[in-house]
Amino acid sequence: MTLHAALRVQRAGFRLSLDLTVEPGEVVALLGPNGAGKTTALRALAGLEAGGAISVNGSTWDGLPAEKRPVGVVFQDYLLFAHMSVLDNVAFGLRARGTRKAEANAIALRWLHQVGLTEFARAKPRTLSGGQAQRVALARALATSPQLLLLDEPLAALDASTRLRVRSELGRHLIDYPGHTLLVTHDPLDAMVLADRLVILENGRVVQQGAPRDVVRQPQTDYVAHLVGLNFYRGVADGTEVRLDDGGTLTIAEPAEGPVHVVFPPSAVSLFPSKPAGSPRNTWQAVVSGIEQHAHTTRVDLDGSPAVLADVTTATVAELRLQPGDSLWVSLKATEIHTYPR
Amino acid sequence: MRSRLPVVLVLPAVVGLAFLLVPLAGLLVEAPWTSLPAQLFSTEVVQALRLSLVCASLATVVCLVLGVPLAWLLARSELPGRGLLRALVTVPLVLPPVVGGVALLLVLGRRGVVGQHLDQWFGISLPFTTAGVVLAEAFVAMPFLVISVEGALRAADPRYEEAAATLGASRWLTFRRVTLPSVMPGVVAGTVLCWARALGEFGATITFAGNFPGRTTTMPLAVYLALETDPDAAIVLSIVLLLVSVAVLAGLRDRWIRT
Repeated sequence: MTLHAALRVQRAGFRLSLDLTVEPGEVVALLGPNGAGKTTALRALAGLEAGGAISVNGSTWDGLPAEKRPVGVVFQDYLLFAHMSVLDNVAFGLRARGTRKAEANAIALRWLHQVGLTEFARAKPRTLSGGQAQRVALARALATSPQLLLLDEPLAALDASTRLRVRSELGRHLIDYPGHTLLVTHDPLDAMVLADRLVILENGRVVQQGAPRDVVRQPQTDYVAHLVGLNFYRGVADGTEVRLDDGGTLTIAEPAEGPVHVVFPPSAVSLFPSKPAGSPRNTWQAVVSGIEQHAHTTRVDLDGSPAVLADVTTATVAELRLQPGDSLWVSLKATEIHTYPR
Repeated sequence: MRSRLPVVLVLPAVVGLAFLLVPLAGLLVEAPWTSLPAQLFSTEVVQALRLSLVCASLATVVCLVLGVPLAWLLARSELPGRGLLRALVTVPLVLPPVVGGVALLLVLGRRGVVGQHLDQWFGISLPFTTAGVVLAEAFVAMPFLVISVEGALRAADPRYEEAAATLGASRWLTFRRVTLPSVMPGVVAGTVLCWARALGEFGATITFAGNFPGRTTTMPLAVYLALETDPDAAIVLSIVLLLVSVAVLAGLRDRWIRT
């Protein structure tokens, strides 16, 4: 029962063209920057927006309005009905689809038990914490046993500490869910942890897709490279030399030929006040353009040929007395550079 | 500390305040307090008050049944010319009520475009009846309800309706179970406003329904009538209406009187 969707939405200045397949039990994450068309895709799948040709196992949903589609949606800010109790919220979909009240309530209670919120059945949504509201929204979406579960930035409204816990809980529920799941997010961590497959959307088109492991290793666009935190270049390889499209040349350890992508982690980059002598085969001069403090490292943005991101220790920052505008020497071991054809 | 308040502003402000409050105080001062209980329970007053309350309430029901769906249509549908419709709905708000009464008479009168058919086919005649009072009041009061409910609907987040749709709710179920409860404060405010306007209706009522004690003589008409014959009775009736107005204001204080 594979779900096939061909989404085509045309709007002033924007065009979404997305072909999607989701296997039963599979979680696909639609990842992309703001304005890439992620939410439009989700709305088209839910039937809230026209423009989707969707079929599951031969039956199509194309002409169906939202209320006739076997879809459950968890919205970014949950959209729980404020005037109803938590139980009535979860039972709403069942009641709307014609289940009798007693039975609907029993099923809703079972779902509240699943997400560990039985004692909140009579509570109003406004008394819940963000994490609890998210679980109620999930229970409400799943209570009707939809074939397709759509999650729209399900963790974006939570603070950092709650997020970690809710993310792992959500992961458990998604493993139990037998239907097709599409997760829309701009947070790479959510996508990596929760999804079996990533589909990266930019400007309404798919730019890359694959298992999280492969996407992390071999990004295809600047956006993906930025997401996974790698230095990323396009170039043309000739043996152990790669001439980069935007200027500069890098020496690599494994010989390659033709057009390639070049990646290496910022942690592989070292900075020196003067030209270093010795082993590293790549050294070039660059100017500090930005400094950003992360948890235990400092990320330095350098302009040069090529421009590069470097992660250095706080000790190095102190030693070099780093300031924007400083001119430094960048050094990079050839063995740290990974290339793959484009 | 700022300098003293400017006299040019304070003086007219005080005069304005007095202008609004002195007549009301005068009403209370001039009231025949000793004979008030007897007056209050005289047949005419009780009759007029009862008729007023019944007609205003029925008119409010008519406004709710027709006005809430109209407000929904104006707020949610993608009707062409919606802006024009919205403007037209508010016309009775600014129209002198007497003109409204004349218009109703022309359409629903025994010779009117609609009225003649009602009379011929069903033997129904609306002018100069209690039903006519209800119609006249509803005509004048409905815009208050429509505007209030439409404002609430436009302020309500339509994404909740989308959420209901994804859960399988039809538009009617969504309206009943999701939209309407979320705009309830607006509906209540509109209802109270509409009821108060209907209760005080004079111009359209006297034009369309006339002045027949027990049938079409509502409180405002009774006040006007009594002023000629029995000023004390007019004062008593006025005080009753004043009390009702104050009660309405008290009921809506959270919405209107904020500090």
